[in-house]
Amino acid sequence: MSTLSFPENNSRRKTLNQKIAFACCFALSLCVVLVLASILLFIIIKGIRVINWDFITQAPADGMTGGGIFPAIIGTLCLMAGSAIVSFPVGIMSGIYMNEYATNGKLVRFIRMMTNNLSGIPSIVFGLFGMAIFVNYLDFGDSIIAGSLTLGLLSLPVIIRTTEEALKDIPDSMREGSRALGATQLQTIWNVILPMAVPRVITGLILSMGRVSGETAPILFTCAAYFLPQLPSSIFDQCMALPYHLYVLATSGTDLEKQQPIAYGTALVLIIIVLIINLAANGIRKYFANKVKTN
Amino acid sequence: MEIIKAQHVNFYYGSFHALKDISMEIEEKSVVAFIGPSGCGKSTFLRLFNRMNDLIPKTRLEGQILINGQDIYGKNIQVDQLRKEVGMVFQRPNPFPKSIYENVAYGLKVNGIKNQDVIEERVVESLKGAALWDEVKDKLKKSAYALSGGQQQRLCIARAMAVSPQILLMDEPASALDPISTAKIEELIRELKKQVTIVIVTHNMQQASRVSDKTAFFYMGEMVEYGRTKDIFTNPEKEATQNYITGRFG
Amino acid sequence: MKKILEQSVKYLFTASGFITSFIILLIIFFLFSEGAGLFRNHIIDDGYVVALNKSNPVNTLSANQIKEIFDEDITNWQEAGGEDEPIQVFRLSDLLSIYSEEELGSEYEHAGSKIKETILQNEGIIAFVPKSLLTDTEGIKTMPDQTIPVKDVLAGTEWFPTATPSPLFGILPLLAGTLWVSFFAILIALPFGLCVSIYMSEIASEKVRNVLKPVIELLNGIPSVVYGFFGLIVIVPFLQQLFNLPVGESGLAGSLVLAIMALPTIVTVAEDAMRNCPRSMREASLALGANKWQTIYKVVIPYSISGITSGIVLGIGRAVGETMAVLMVTGNAAVMPTSILEPLRTIPATIAAELGEAPTGEAHYQSLFLLGVILFFITLFINLSVEYISSRKR
Repeated sequence: MSTLSFPENNSRRKTLNQKIAFACCFALSLCVVLVLASILLFIIIKGIRVINWDFITQAPADGMTGGGIFPAIIGTLCLMAGSAIVSFPVGIMSGIYMNEYATNGKLVRFIRMMTNNLSGIPSIVFGLFGMAIFVNYLDFGDSIIAGSLTLGLLSLPVIIRTTEEALKDIPDSMREGSRALGATQLQTIWNVILPMAVPRVITGLILSMGRVSGETAPILFTCAAYFLPQLPSSIFDQCMALPYHLYVLATSGTDLEKQQPIAYGTALVLIIIVLIINLAANGIRKYFANKVKTN
Repeated sequence: MEIIKAQHVNFYYGSFHALKDISMEIEEKSVVAFIGPSGCGKSTFLRLFNRMNDLIPKTRLEGQILINGQDIYGKNIQVDQLRKEVGMVFQRPNPFPKSIYENVAYGLKVNGIKNQDVIEERVVESLKGAALWDEVKDKLKKSAYALSGGQQQRLCIARAMAVSPQILLMDEPASALDPISTAKIEELIRELKKQVTIVIVTHNMQQASRVSDKTAFFYMGEMVEYGRTKDIFTNPEKEATQNYITGRFG
Repeated sequence: MKKILEQSVKYLFTASGFITSFIILLIIFFLFSEGAGLFRNHIIDDGYVVALNKSNPVNTLSANQIKEIFDEDITNWQEAGGEDEPIQVFRLSDLLSIYSEEELGSEYEHAGSKIKETILQNEGIIAFVPKSLLTDTEGIKTMPDQTIPVKDVLAGTEWFPTATPSPLFGILPLLAGTLWVSFFAILIALPFGLCVSIYMSEIASEKVRNVLKPVIELLNGIPSVVYGFFGLIVIVPFLQQLFNLPVGESGLAGSLVLAIMALPTIVTVAEDAMRNCPRSMREASLALGANKWQTIYKVVIPYSISGITSGIVLGIGRAVGETMAVLMVTGNAAVMPTSILEPLRTIPATIAAELGEAPTGEAHYQSLFLLGVILFFITLFINLSVEYISSRKR
């Protein structure tokens, strides 16, 4: 065996390289955190001054230079509820089909690929599609129902994927145990599998609602109203929505001085919604995780 | 002449006392086997010699481990230098997702050798030393994952030997392999003994008796008995050892 | 009874299983049927005709040439393939400046013959008039009635969907704008994204990670209008001052906002991939005397490269498809981008900005659907590459 001679200073050089690399990673990460924190802080600090009870419960006034954002909040809630009605049952059933019923591996892979593709389609394309099919072809006009359907389709992939993953993590022994007792497949799913998967499925549903609450592009041409002082009275009415309202205030304002504070307030309300949704999702995840442990 | 010297070693995972007051000496160019039931601490002890347990959070070591008379947990020890001197082969073959050649060259490169000729010469030597050269000489640029499990493990041995360590730690190196591959590895251990000191952890008592000069029996975090392999297997002093090697528990 | 229920539920689930595939089919169908309609439109507005004097050797004019002539960018027939003769542009409204109301008649019943007269009198004239007024075409050459050529749309460099007499639907400036902004966004996001994922998965303590991870998730959930709003209020004026620009709304502003938005996607996927690198790989490397950094860039990153690439490609997908934030900060000038500091316009922003104004069923409306089709295929391509990359995992 030949004798090997390693460079003497190698260890020191290596350590130096490592120090530089780690410092870079840390510095860039810090940069990102600072930028993100400053975005949040900026909007929180500017927005918090505007938000009060009247802001949340009043309609816009004086050509949107005063008043609150009540109709936009209600509109966004309507759209969330509407899209939930569309996407929850279909999404969950689709997830169940993929994990419990579909037996052909190739088929499942194909469906999964389609689901991934659907989730990658830009929201503006959903907007176009919603306009073509719901507003024009089915003749709903600009309405809550058209907006909800569009948003519902948009949020399907998240629900399908989380449902499928939740079901996949349940061991087969559970299914076999139930079937061995004479339960049918449906009974097994309903009584054994679904209850176990519920926390993660709910987490997925909540996160999908988060996405729905903030989307603007899909409702631009299917639902959103520029300004509408009264609340919608049926699902065939247009409605205001928070993200679109923010867009309008920020870009086509008539009186910047007075409208910008309202825009900050609206942005903060949107962030608060997202925050609540994330906290709720995390909370449910943790709550059920502990529950499973103590059992 | 002893190369490794452990003095009153205690080791804790959090509050769990994993190794209890272990002292032992290992002689140069010998093969020492650690045997004992799962969870007895033999792997933990082995991983102290190249400070692999540093990677696990919330662990604590008491006592001293000296290699060539130096405290390897001392202040001015550089861990990467230590690990160059104390190589390791793991339970499952773990080649990198690189070519066969690159796998063996890895240790040389990360330790600062840049001369391609030196690297190439060394790669060939190591593969020959691991009795793998004839099988792979035509496909050095192929992925290491194209090899069989036994070949992969010999590649890992070649990889560890390439940086010419003084000590080679083997953590159940044949437990994931078939009998024929195992025999090849054992053959290799007997061959490598001429160059390095080998410490091997094994479940397999026949293996320990076939390859090792000395054997240490571990049980519940304690080193129950340490002596010449022949004595341990034919005439153990402690009852626990006797029970273990005759298969009464394990 | 139980069996019927069981069966019908099964069919219901199966139907739901195919919902996503069905939606994609529907999207393709609706977008295509509207978008393809664009090519059935004529280059000249419906019901109108572009007429020349018969002595003019020019026989055909492209939509682009017609637009330039009526914008008076071209003023001599030589530039349109004819003789050296100044171009005289004639619109219906010009009739009133040539003829008095009496000459045209009280109901403009003589307008047709007067138009003809005008065309016959001027050799260099080009007239854009309603077809119904020009019934007698003797001595007049009308431009052939051609439909919008595919080439002019896909390779056209000018986007003037509302120009008269012939709108231009060249998508290249929009496509270039989209790719340009996304390219810079990824260029900015990439080093940050990689460093954050390395830091989170390899360097940071468990505690730091437990804080960072939810924060990144939260940022993923913040609506794009909020990012756009922040960009408009903070980034745009900042860039304007920094580079002393006439307007701050620019490609760079879009890229910065998109970079911030693409970061969470890149970080989540790449970090996940790196954490999936097995411990045995790391241990093998460390046991050979490599230090932590060598292990990261020589073993962990190569091992998880397909996951990291997927993350980057998904980030690109997010950047390409993003609408609102880009619409708010890029200035929306539909020109071929030459510098990242100038305003430009992306495909999604164009759709969002113009669909509200475009009358349903007309060429402009259809052209926006065509943009949707193109966007759909770009993102489809991106998604399929992600599938391909991650399927190559060992």
